[in-house]
Formats: sequence, C-alpha cells, structure tokens
Amino acid sequence: MTETTLRLENVDKFYGPIGRGVHAVKDVSMRVDRGDIVALLGSSGCGKTSTLRMIAGFEAVSRGAIYIAGRQVHTLPPVKRNVAMAFEGYSLYPPLTVRENIAFALKSSRARAPEVAARVDEVAAMLEITNILDRYPNSISGGQQQRASLARALIRDADLHLLDEPMGQLEPQLRTLLRGRLKHFIKERGLTAILVTHDQTEANALADKIAVMEAGELQQYASPAEIKERPANLFTGTFVGEPPMNVFPATASHLGDRIHLDLEGGLDLVYPESAFAPTVRAAMLARRQVMIGVRPYAVRRGEGGATATVLANQWLGDQSHIAARFAGGTIVLVEHDRAALQEGERIAVRLAPDDLHIFDPETGCAMSHGREAA
Amino acid sequence: MDTMSPLERVLRGIAITLVILFFMFPIFWIFLMSFQTNETILRVPPSIVFEPTIANYQALLTGRLETAAGTLEIRFMRNLFNSLFLSTASVALALVLGIPAAYAFARLKFRGSEEIAFTLLSFRFAPPLLVLLPLVIYFQQIGLANTYIGLIWVYQLICLPLILWIVRGYFEDIPADIEHAYRIAGHRWFTTFRKVALPLAGPGIAAAGLLAFIFAWNNFIFALVLASADKQPVTVGALAFVTASGIQFGQIAAAIVLSIAPVFALALYAQRYLVEGLSLGAVKG
Ligand SMILES: Nc1ncnc2c1ncn2[C@@H]1O[C@H](COP(=O)(O)OP(=O)(O)OP(=O)(O)O)[C@@H](O)[C@H]1O
Ligand SMILES: [Mg+2]
Repeated sequence: MTETTLRLENVDKFYGPIGRGVHAVKDVSMRVDRGDIVALLGSSGCGKTSTLRMIAGFEAVSRGAIYIAGRQVHTLPPVKRNVAMAFEGYSLYPPLTVRENIAFALKSSRARAPEVAARVDEVAAMLEITNILDRYPNSISGGQQQRASLARALIRDADLHLLDEPMGQLEPQLRTLLRGRLKHFIKERGLTAILVTHDQTEANALADKIAVMEAGELQQYASPAEIKERPANLFTGTFVGEPPMNVFPATASHLGDRIHLDLEGGLDLVYPESAFAPTVRAAMLARRQVMIGVRPYAVRRGEGGATATVLANQWLGDQSHIAARFAGGTIVLVEHDRAALQEGERIAVRLAPDDLHIFDPETGCAMSHGREAA
Repeated sequence: MDTMSPLERVLRGIAITLVILFFMFPIFWIFLMSFQTNETILRVPPSIVFEPTIANYQALLTGRLETAAGTLEIRFMRNLFNSLFLSTASVALALVLGIPAAYAFARLKFRGSEEIAFTLLSFRFAPPLLVLLPLVIYFQQIGLANTYIGLIWVYQLICLPLILWIVRGYFEDIPADIEHAYRIAGHRWFTTFRKVALPLAGPGIAAAGLLAFIFAWNNFIFALVLASADKQPVTVGALAFVTASGIQFGQIAAAIVLSIAPVFALALYAQRYLVEGLSLGAVKG
C-alpha cells in the first residue's frame, strides 16, 4: 500500500485580494505518494514556484487545503511543516562558507558534528562541489551556487523535498551526470521530491510522475509514458514532447463506410470506420470540427500519403528533422536516418490511425488516442 | 584605476586637493582659532603666525570664563554631556523602534503600509518651528517640558524616519529566500530575524545610526525651545559665548573643536561601514 506524502486539495493562490488579484494557481488538486519523484512542468509564469512556496509555507494559501504526511499544514509556519527546499534564486547566506551553508540545514536536527561533516562531504561529492566547500557564496559561479543550494536541501531528512529548477544553470554533460546521481540519491533514501524543471528530458528521466501546469491550472498529472501516449488535452499534447506534436484543424464526415477528415488546403484523409472507437466516431461526427494531432516521430513517408512540400531538412547527428508545408500549416517529421530531401521537394506523408490524437477544439480535451477513446 | 594616463593622474590629484582644501579650510581655521586669543583672531590682516594658548580650552574645562566684565560661569562640559546623552539615547531608542518597523515595512505588504511609511517620513518635511509651538504647550501641560525624556521623544522626529527609511532599504535588498532557507531549516521567525536579517543589514544599520546621531547632535531649534540651561546640548550652549563684553571667538572655536571631535572620531571609526553601508549592494550575491 502506498502512503500519501503530499495532498493538495483545491488550492488557489491569489496575489492580492482574493478574486481580484493575480490568480497564480487555480484550483489545483494532486497527491504525491511517498518515495515518488514528481516533476512540475510548465511554461514560465504558470505558477510552479507559487505552488512550491505554498507547500513550503512562504505564501499563504488563498483557498483550499494542503496536507503533508497526513497533517493539515497550510496554516502552520514553515518550521513545523518538515519540508526542505532548494530555491530558484539559490539564496545562500553570504557570510557563511558553502560548507557552513549546507551544514546549517542540519543544525536543528541535532545531528552530531562528525555525522554532519560526513553527510556534507557525501552530498558535496555527489554534486561535484567538494572543491568549493570552503569558499564563500559570492566568490563561486552561478552553477556552483545552484548545486550548493541543492545540497543544502538534499542533506535534510524531511518529509518532502521541493526542488525549484535545481539544475537549470548547468551544462548538459554535468546535468546528465548529476541527474543519474540525484535519482539514485533520492531513491536510495526513499525521499519524496517535487522538482520544477524546464527540461523535458530531465522530467522524463527523473520523474515517476509529471504534473503539467499552464496558466495556474494543473493540466495533467500522470506518468511520463502516459503523458506522451495519452495527453489529456491540446496543451499537454503540444507542450510535452520534442519537437512538439503537429496539430491541424479538421472537419469530420461520414461517407459510405469511411470517415473523412478534411484538412485545410483541400487535403482529405480517409480512414476506415474501425480506426475510431464507436463513441469517438459518434462524437466526432456530431461535433464536425475537431483538432487532429500526430507526433513528429509517428509521421511516416510513403506511397498513398497526402502531399507535403519540404521547407527545411536538418540532420542533427542522430536524427533528421524535416519541416514541410502541409494542410495550410507546417508538419514536422522526425526520421532516424539521414533523409536526402531538398527544399521544395514534394513528399507523401501518412498519418496512421494508431498514431492519431483527436481533440475537441472548443475545450481542448482529448477525445481519442489512436483507436481508443480518451 | 590602472588605465589612467600620467596626465589624468596629476589632474585628478589637483582636483582632489582643491576639494579637500575647500571643505577642510573652515575646520582648519577654526582649529587654529581655538588656540588664539580674541585679539589675535580679530587683528587685520589675519595671519597664521601667532603664539598658541590653551586658555580657551582651560576656560571650557574649568567652566570659568574670564572676560573684561568679570568672571562668567559657563556650563560647557555639562552641555557636552547633554549632547552626548541626548543623541545617544535618541539614536538608541530610534534603533529599537525603527529596526523592527523597517523590517515589517520591508517584508510585510499590508494595506496602507506605504501610506504609513510615507507619513513617518513626512515628519522630516515639516518645518520644525511649525511643530514646536503646539509641542511646547503640550509638553508644559503634561510635564515633559525641560526633561530629558521629553527631548528624546522630540528627537525621534529627527532620528526615527531616517533610520526607518534607510534600514528598510537594506532589508528590502536582502533576498527574502535567504531568510526562507533559514526558516525552513527549522528556525523560528524571530531567530531568523536576529541571525540572518540583522547581520546582513548590519552595515546599513550602522550607517543609519551614525547619520541619525549626527543629525541629532547638530540639532539646535528643538533644544533651544524645549530645554533650559541644564538640559541644553552644545549647539545651544554655545550661545553663552555671546557675552555682554563681546563675542568670545576663541572659546567658540574651542567649543566647536570639542563638540565636533566625538562625531568626527565616530565617523572616522565607522568610515568603512558608512561607505559600505551607503553604497548599497553589500549583500548582493
Ligand atoms: N509576489 C507576487 N506578487 C504578484 N504576482 C506574483 C508574485 N509572484 C508571482 N506572481 C505571478 O504569479 C504567476 C506565477 O508565478 P510563479 O513564480 O509561480 O511562476 P513559475 O511557474 O515559477 O515561473 P518560472 O518558470 O518563470 O519560474 C506569474 O504570473 C507571476 O507574475
Ligand atoms: Mg519559478
């Protein structure tokens, strides 16, 4: 049986008066199980930091409730919540050395000096900052400050670790290295962590679950694979995944035993009835206007496809990104071989029914993924 | 610095010398005056060559002023003590009241906080004379006229806004998350204020305290109206040198030297904090 470490219930955050101020977090509910790593993903200003600050206790909750380890905490001061946090702005204490900064997080836990020293050395080695432990925060680089701040959070035995963009300043090589170590560190100790990141690879690699936020609302909260395969709405579909999902408006109609999806520019995609679940088919035909989405790596070239005109073809060393004019817009394909395509060349693209995501254009909600209803 | 050409260096030296001469000359002249008698001071044309005498200082320290009209009691040492006591006590009180207030204004944004902070600052704009008359009447009614407590209270008009506004700026410059990091590691709000916010704002607090001290020390009008002879600071006490038999320039000069000495010493001692403190950015990461 899994234990719930964190529970948010209909949490709202207004900066300023309720109802009139900036509505930074809107009715967010979620549960984080003990031992899980949750990645909080979303565009800048969508309310990620605000959510973490409410959990930590630095911002008042405007509406709703927060529970940590079964205790209602949203009215308690930060000291009593037993959470650790790595701040977006690092926030090291200038008069102390990096070592002292990391160690002071343990002061109140009454750990003995040799144990504190050993633990500082351990996290410092993990994060590759052993050589700067005796320097002062003002004399080290941004990336080093960031890791020192991360170390200060990780060293604690808290119920919950909140990590606000803990590796944003690091170069990809180091980030990849630390990502593996960080995951090992967290899992080995059975810590529970929420990690804000702008890096989807990081979210996929580290997280058991991803929470996608946009404009203060929680869009989807599911495993990385689920989010990839079954995006709950247009936003998650296009936000998660690199390069982003191709989406086109389409008009659905039923001719004989075939479903026609008419795209802009006179393109007509024809599918057998069996390509869609009966309820989805009915809903599509009732609505007529839908949005279809297909991931770049699921677009195939081949005979019998719809025509597209190549706009650009980039070889990235391990994959080709091909952009082509298609249905009044642009479609992007990813291929794993080097494609010999020239600008202006005509290609045929096939959108297989199994790879098609259908969305309701009004609400943005997903209607189907492949042959299954959403 | 290293990019300066020799010519620039010379010009710079000359400019600095001129500025120093311009600002320091009056003080230097007063210093010389304090070792002269009225006769040598007033001779025409003036000259730097004279026979130094310490009679002026003697008169101040003993409290006996020999004039052509006879011996006069002066209470300069008492005045000096009053200045020291009033300024120190006022600044201390202003720090005790002002620092927590500054912290509150910096960290808690509540309705009307800006207005309240501005109102406190606006006390500095009011011409003191305007406030003084009603104040004298009130103070006489409630028995605060001519008391140290009453004076220290009025001195808050000078010290408190200064400290509040300068120190508030310092607290605002400390990223709130530094305090948050400390709090989340298991420390209470007050411990965090004491252990993190206060030390980081230290240079600013020192600078503000020093400025407030100088302003309080230099105050004239409040003390002139609200205090009688035994409570008066040096600024008002110096009036005693304007005697029936003429103005005692030598003693005035000596009194000025003695009365700026403490502030001067304090400023020199705290120079490092002052520069660091008034040039902000002391805690930027
Ligand atoms: N103290 C504040 N007062 C008013 N509005 C605020 C405050 N803090 C944040 N906001 C607003 O709330 C919204 C959410 O901000 P938040 O810092 O949570 O975003 P974020 O998702 O962390 O962004 P980023 O990825 O850039 O860090 C933004 O529109 C922001 O302008
Ligand atoms: Mg943020």
